[in-house]
Amino acid sequence: MTTKLFGTKVPRVEDDRLLRGQGRYVGDVFSGQDALHAAVLRSPHAHARILDIDVEPVLDVEGVVAVYTYDDLEDAMGEPLPLLIPHPTLTHGRTQYALAKDEVNYAGEAVAFVVATDRYVAEDAVARIRVRYEPLPAVVGIAASRAAEHLVHDDVPGNVGARMEQHNGDAPAEIAKAPHTLTLDLDVERSACTPLEGRGVAARWDPDQQRLQVWSSTQTATGVRAAVAAKLGLDLRAVDVITPDVGGGFGVKINHPWPEELLVPLAAMRLGRPVSYVEDRREHFVASAHERAQVQHIEVGFDDEGRLLGLDVMFWHDHGAYTPYGLIVPIITSTQLLGPYKPRAYRVVFESIYTNTVIVTPYRGAGRPQGVYAMERTMDAIAAYLGKDRTEVRAVNFIQPDEFPYEHGLVFQDGRPLTYDSGDYPASLEKIKQLVGWDEFPQYRKEMAAQGRRVGIGLACYVEGTGVGPYEGAHVHIETSGKVKVATGLTSQGQGHQTVFAQLVADELGVRFEDVEVVTGDTRRMPYAVGTFASRAAVMSGSAIHLAAKRAKEKALRIAAEALEADVDDLEITDGVVSVKGAPGASISLGTVAVLSNPLRYAFDEASKSATQFAVGDPDKPPVAPGEEPGLEGKDFYSPERSTFASGMHAVIVETDPDTAEITILKYAVVHDCGHLINPMIVEGQIHGGVAQGVGGALYERMVYDENGQLQNASFMDFLMPYVSEVPETIDIDHLETPSPLNPLGIKGAGEAGVIPSAALFASAIEDAEGIEITAMPISPSDLFTLREEHR
Amino acid sequence: MKPAPFAFVRPRSLEEALEVLGAHPDAKVLAGGQSLVPLLTMRLAAPAMLVDINAVPDLDRISCDDDGVRIGALVRHAALLRDEDAARTQPLLRLALSHVAHPTIRNRGTTVGSIVHADAAAEMPAVLALLGGSVEVASVRGRRTIEAADLFAGPLESTLAHDEIAVSAWFPALRPGERVGFAEIARRHGDYAMCGVAALVGPERTRVAYLSVEEVPTIVDLTGVAPDDVGEAALAHLDPQPDIHATAAYRSQLVRVLTRRVLEQAA
Repeated sequence: MTTKLFGTKVPRVEDDRLLRGQGRYVGDVFSGQDALHAAVLRSPHAHARILDIDVEPVLDVEGVVAVYTYDDLEDAMGEPLPLLIPHPTLTHGRTQYALAKDEVNYAGEAVAFVVATDRYVAEDAVARIRVRYEPLPAVVGIAASRAAEHLVHDDVPGNVGARMEQHNGDAPAEIAKAPHTLTLDLDVERSACTPLEGRGVAARWDPDQQRLQVWSSTQTATGVRAAVAAKLGLDLRAVDVITPDVGGGFGVKINHPWPEELLVPLAAMRLGRPVSYVEDRREHFVASAHERAQVQHIEVGFDDEGRLLGLDVMFWHDHGAYTPYGLIVPIITSTQLLGPYKPRAYRVVFESIYTNTVIVTPYRGAGRPQGVYAMERTMDAIAAYLGKDRTEVRAVNFIQPDEFPYEHGLVFQDGRPLTYDSGDYPASLEKIKQLVGWDEFPQYRKEMAAQGRRVGIGLACYVEGTGVGPYEGAHVHIETSGKVKVATGLTSQGQGHQTVFAQLVADELGVRFEDVEVVTGDTRRMPYAVGTFASRAAVMSGSAIHLAAKRAKEKALRIAAEALEADVDDLEITDGVVSVKGAPGASISLGTVAVLSNPLRYAFDEASKSATQFAVGDPDKPPVAPGEEPGLEGKDFYSPERSTFASGMHAVIVETDPDTAEITILKYAVVHDCGHLINPMIVEGQIHGGVAQGVGGALYERMVYDENGQLQNASFMDFLMPYVSEVPETIDIDHLETPSPLNPLGIKGAGEAGVIPSAALFASAIEDAEGIEITAMPISPSDLFTLREEHR
Repeated sequence: MKPAPFAFVRPRSLEEALEVLGAHPDAKVLAGGQSLVPLLTMRLAAPAMLVDINAVPDLDRISCDDDGVRIGALVRHAALLRDEDAARTQPLLRLALSHVAHPTIRNRGTTVGSIVHADAAAEMPAVLALLGGSVEVASVRGRRTIEAADLFAGPLESTLAHDEIAVSAWFPALRPGERVGFAEIARRHGDYAMCGVAALVGPERTRVAYLSVEEVPTIVDLTGVAPDDVGEAALAHLDPQPDIHATAAYRSQLVRVLTRRVLEQAA
């Protein structure tokens, strides 16, 4: 009997190769080949008019092959980059050009593109291009953007790209008649994805076949393919996009096409030689994307128990210089803000505003951390006001387990109703209280105080819409060797897809795990796909793979039943062999079934002899039955009606140094509910990574822009991504498994969860330790010291 | 992040290295490369030539006697950190070196290189200054000794002439009755400190060194100051500067706290 792999800690098949340095990334694609390398001249100004670009000094640099500026771009390439996700309220959406046309709107915007024999020469050449700029006033930060003394784009009044409102009930009226009200003003700063491998793209043009091959470090191969074909005027069928190993994404690589994703293929076509570009670390800071900056104003009315009667939120979302990814981030903030709670009435208004800084696109969590921050800060404020325990105030506001599906009366990021499918928040709260020792904490605080030590405890809850549509697909092919090849179109950035998808296929088909090979993100293998974002891979591709494997299995059983002269219902598949239950000896391997599935005229080996025309089949019937196809394959797609909502609660105990204001994590606990777990080890790994990233966002990372729009800390020396020494040594995790009714596996997404509650969580714990209201995150020891001085 | 073009030479003797350096006014010495290489890749420095001294013999020696510890230009932080004789002769070396970056950087980076790089945020320039050590430098013009007090001219600026190579550094031994202390606070483990303090407490004098507080390592004499007053007394001599990680007020607070802690450690 084959052991069921679903739910077990199967070790990642990826790790052996990746840990031995055998990963193959974009930078390796042309390694050892005579390829050209590109570098980009980037604007040194946050806001300027381009008066003149002189590329003359570059042309005689030995090794330089081509230099492009905006004037070299034709047709669709000369148009602005696509606005990927339009929205009716995005009345003033703007996107940049692949190379700046007349104006630059952030320091780092691409101005010219150099192709040379190597990257060193390309950078030398970039340094020689002379650009005359007329500097314009830079709009930096939300306050300056709102003041609108200067405009980022001349034709966008007030710097407002979009204003959107959603409501359920009459929040202002509820607040007006509520027994108690509070107002909060909150602030969250920018951070960024900063994957170990930055963006990168390589391309080769085959002039004989008129065919373009592109390798991109992307989260969407099909998206890049469509964009490249459209921009370069090629038929879709003439473009292949392949994602090699990708060294992390965390959201930044879902935005596309990046200028380089178009310019590299363009150069490869024009020059007839392979071209590659790999972003360096500095470029990642100034020329990819950031996220998170918001200013929030919250008004809330509540009763004596802390029940939310009216919640009225206004926030300003800094989306940087352009809006290629539309309003996804602020829409998620505005809807996911509600978390596990059910206010009687809710209104949310946001303005998405322009600044002369790097663009803002989703970063792991994608607007949820800010929403959770707003909601959980409000919960803590209500508890403090009423003198109640923070967990009690949360508990009275929870949606109850018998209230699902729960409709919030709002529209979610996928354009569908915000309806939670399942969850059990009271059970989560009980678990997290146990896990962190919530009820024992007052005693612990007393003991620590006796030693002169200051500690605080914090809690934050979230609900995360995962597995958004529209769809993913899968193709499962059982080869005559009995090995199974699986393809799904979304991409992998290290999550462990090859492992979990193989688990699903091995379980469904009854084959050995080692015999399943999974390919992701290759448009040659699966041209229909969306991408990897929004914690959707397991839900979307996992479900599609499960369905495709099911189809392959059904076909295998039909053929085997005929060969074994048995009833389909009497068959079982174990370790790749189909046998008749209770009839030892009556069996046929899946490999042989695959041979039989493909009636042959020619034999090429021993196995295929059994499928030739004189060996098999009823001479009175067509060799391939009507409605069947040759080959043992299954293909299917999964397209859910709406997202599935995972949830969780984090708790932390911190210590703050009374003298130095250093903040130390003493205990970190997570209760996590993503429905059924395919591989608990991988889910826990995702939580560990998310928590580490969350610690970075809450306590270390910020983008320090000066008033001229220059990023002051564009390196890993001054942008403080936490080291292993800064993240909790242990993270206590407990799982709750509330299955989703929306997919065949009962699963929900888990990729982003770990990072979502961090800002809210640490604000809560530090506030508890210090007795000082925390309204701005992240917080550093220097910030905490300043707060202490202000509250002396 | 690729360096601008440069010529590269790897002399086999000190004499050869000095000749090359003397003949090329725009050459830079490469030892451990932990500061220089990032400057090159970010194109913040673009020397025409790198003179790699890693093949020069005999520069990787540590020698200790009753007077002190002498280390050659190619002694890695990690080697000095491990050296038992050095730790016995002057315990402040090991105390401070354990705060220098991370093991991988300590394995390549040289202590002498760090000293002449003259970063006010680095530990070892402050240690040299506190102990009153010196650096021996050589050029085609001859050899000379630069006392620590005369070595640090400004941010990332030492008083070495362009054609000079620092061949060794000398740290005086701990004398009977003397005690040392070291503490620093960094945003992340192994980062440059927001404030670091080293102390040398003897029967007659109490001297304290500050790193990351001003533009050069700064020494303050706190001889005879009452324990409760050491922080304010130190601040009277210091002008803590703000940066993106710490306000001036916070840095002053770290001076107060760390001065007290380090003097308690050395008491």
